[in-house]
Amino acid sequence: MKFRRAPRVIPGLPLAMGVTLLYLGLIVLLPVSGLLFRTFGLEWSEFVAVVTHPRAVASYKVTLESAAYAVAFNAVFGLLLAWVLVRYDFPGRRLLDAVMDLPFALPTAVAGVALTAAFASNGWLGQYLEPLGIKVAYTQLGIIVAMAFTSVPFVVRSLQPVIADLEPELEEAAETLGASPFQTFTKVIFPLIFPAFLTGVSLAFARSLGEFGAIIFIAGNMPFLTEITALVIFIRLEEYDYAAATAIATVVLASAFVMLLITNSIQLWHYRYARKN
Amino acid sequence: MATAATLPTTSAVPRQISRKARRAAWTRRILIGLAFLLTALFLLVPVAVIFQQAFARGVPTFWANITHPETLHAIWLTVLVALIVVPINAFFGLCAAWAIAKFQFRGKKLLIALIELPFSISPIVAGVAYLMVYGSRGIFGPWLEEHGLQVMFALPGIVLVTLFVTCPFIARQVLVLMQSQGVDEEEASLSLGAGGFKTFLYVTLPNLKWALIYGVILCNARAMGEYGAVSVVSGQIRGQTNTLPLQVDLLYHDYNAAGAFAAASVLAVLALITLAVKTIVEIRSRTE
Amino acid sequence: MIEVREVSRNFGGFQALNNVSLNVEQGELVALLGPSGSGKTTLLRIIAGLDFADTGSIHFDGKDATAVAAGDRQVGFVFQHFALFRHMTVFDNVAFGLKVRKRSARPSKAEIAERVNHLLRMVQLESLGKRYPAQLSGGQRQRVALARALATEPRVLLLDEPFGALDAQVRKELRRWLRRLHDELGITGVFVTHDQEEALEVADRVVVMNKGGIEQVGTPSEIYDNPATPFVYNFLGHVNAVPATVSGGVAHLGGLRMGFAEGEAPEGVGAGTAFVRPHDVEILRDGDGILVTMRHAVVLGPSVRVEMELENGQAIEAELTRHRFTELGLERGERVLAAPRRAQLFLDDGRQYTVSCLTRPVAPRIVPSAEGGIRQRRP
Repeated sequence: MKFRRAPRVIPGLPLAMGVTLLYLGLIVLLPVSGLLFRTFGLEWSEFVAVVTHPRAVASYKVTLESAAYAVAFNAVFGLLLAWVLVRYDFPGRRLLDAVMDLPFALPTAVAGVALTAAFASNGWLGQYLEPLGIKVAYTQLGIIVAMAFTSVPFVVRSLQPVIADLEPELEEAAETLGASPFQTFTKVIFPLIFPAFLTGVSLAFARSLGEFGAIIFIAGNMPFLTEITALVIFIRLEEYDYAAATAIATVVLASAFVMLLITNSIQLWHYRYARKN
Repeated sequence: MATAATLPTTSAVPRQISRKARRAAWTRRILIGLAFLLTALFLLVPVAVIFQQAFARGVPTFWANITHPETLHAIWLTVLVALIVVPINAFFGLCAAWAIAKFQFRGKKLLIALIELPFSISPIVAGVAYLMVYGSRGIFGPWLEEHGLQVMFALPGIVLVTLFVTCPFIARQVLVLMQSQGVDEEEASLSLGAGGFKTFLYVTLPNLKWALIYGVILCNARAMGEYGAVSVVSGQIRGQTNTLPLQVDLLYHDYNAAGAFAAASVLAVLALITLAVKTIVEIRSRTE
Repeated sequence: MIEVREVSRNFGGFQALNNVSLNVEQGELVALLGPSGSGKTTLLRIIAGLDFADTGSIHFDGKDATAVAAGDRQVGFVFQHFALFRHMTVFDNVAFGLKVRKRSARPSKAEIAERVNHLLRMVQLESLGKRYPAQLSGGQRQRVALARALATEPRVLLLDEPFGALDAQVRKELRRWLRRLHDELGITGVFVTHDQEEALEVADRVVVMNKGGIEQVGTPSEIYDNPATPFVYNFLGHVNAVPATVSGGVAHLGGLRMGFAEGEAPEGVGAGTAFVRPHDVEILRDGDGILVTMRHAVVLGPSVRVEMELENGQAIEAELTRHRFTELGLERGERVLAAPRRAQLFLDDGRQYTVSCLTRPVAPRIVPSAEGGIRQRRP
């Protein structure tokens, strides 16, 4: 890396940069490369056999599908919350705003046991849902609920600043031109907040794919049915099948990198979109 | 959805409004109500359930569960991990933010991406990755064993994965603020004869106060609450390497629900305190 | 025709409009002129249906429109910062009002395209239809906003500070252009401005507003030549305020005596303020005048602004031709006499008089310059 110092006289670059690179190297890069190194130590056929094992494949399906539903729910719920928090002033607004961070602040294991207790057949929410034929705990719906719970702040927090930046004049302009509230929302507001919306949704999706603690308590963890990929890795570890755990972990890591790439592309587009305008 | 009633200028509702505006007022009421209802059901009920379950068998049982030696040890271990992890990440965060915000160099975006990488890696994967480096069959495993050093299934392992999982929190908060502040004040301080360290201490750090506190709160919450990564590397040895979230898990699977929820309630209180402090910090930093 | 009847609007304790009534005739271009906080924008928004009055009513062509929503009032609104939809092209922005109509009332695609292109030609942007607002200059955006507002063929065009967001050069051009456009289309228009020059140059009638009320309504020359209140006098360009007293049918301005028109002189004694335009102030070395100290002179093109000080330290300005200024040869700190040819006298009890110099001026009358901002546009 070649440092082109800005025409500044600020000191401390060697120390700060040294600490940063050393720390990132030891804490972030070393384990990630360790994992990849171990995976490359596997025979290709062995790797393929492990990652395409029916139980693993079923877990990918459960994870991806559940994440998709959870994100679909959060797309609506997050948009509603972001809109209400920015556009309306009402008693309790600040409280509601603070509560939005609860899923970030609450340890995932705690969220897991809490959601399980709430949605169990005798739980506060479960007892009303069960008679309707809706079983949440120990089903895939439970996985979806846990994923939605842990990822809702991503959508809300991505949308809030963008909604706050929308000038009210845009809506007034649409109104004087005869647009209905629905047309104003679909033709004027939503296109403007869409990039931020997409960013929030992709962050929520990425988080849902990697979530573990909140899910394993409520999922029931039936192989092929309600077993997420993270749990498959965990079980392989408990069986001391490190090769399999490593291989599947690499698949998850690769998918995380893909998600990161997608998210960053969206953000870059979002940034350009904002700059262009 | 978007009419006069939603505008900031019309906080006082006029007596004569059109039918459309009246409909907007209704939309507003319905949306706010829906937001509260869904939030209450989806986010608040689970938290309330924790306390209900923790106290279901009365306060004495709750107290006995909390003061159980294994739980007490788990609390102590959790606090200890946070006490080690948060200062290290604060130091790293300040260094990283200083290097990135105050200087121009190639590869800056890559460096920022690297700092934020742990956010996108599943905690389980992080745990496995550490196992592959420091575990008995890891890259450094044989060497560590030779020298009688235990990293995995011990405190160092827990600290290392927690460092990994929480390293972006403080760095990101501080970086964003530092980038927006530029270098004018530092240059002024240096031109007045202050040294680099004094400039940092008396000029930079006070400006960063709120971002730093904010980052520390988030980092601390995650450090104390981390479950997935820690569960891989701790070995879950009772009374030894069990952090509080793992203790919740353990008691829960022992069918000791009251105990599990008592331990969970400690973490839930911590989460609520985190939210409260965070809100206060936000208000203070905005008014300052 | 727009009729505003006894409209009041209160924003949480702040009286933005206080019992305002106003008529705008068909085809007329009216300026709402006033400082910020005078209520002019609130009045415009209430006419548009973007805000609603607490009491009072709005009538369009004799029909009560008070509770009609903005979208149904057939008004075109041009926002101060244009409020263009930045994710739509210029063409789509202009077409928006037509595209959102109900299917039964919506013109065909071809008709929409034709009308939009016609409007773009009119605002001289026909080649920029595919551009996005961000790719346009300020003046171009303004014209897109105008075309968009005109696309729905509104009965009334409302403009909020239409030139406020533009730089000085573009402002002047667009001002003339808007005037021409209005004359061609004959559409009824109301625009808000805080710039007196803009109001006087563009509007058929000017409504001067202050603190939620209307101070005066009139043609630009009426407003400029016969301001109804001290506020209007002050707001329309440079003016000197000189303390004055009245006794024995004569006004006294710091030693200078000024007379009333035949039979108008008030009886008894009174006090108030005399307002004098700088171009009505003559500077003399001897004769009748107010004793002043010469401070500073600024050359403004063909005229010279002379800044002086009254005995009490108050500043007073005069505007002279360069010829007259050179002739006088004033020096800084010199004590001379300022002699207003005419002044508008507002007594503290609210009575108002035009007073003029009792002695004949020594120097010839100075023709008001362009800086005064008054130009007779139409006969």
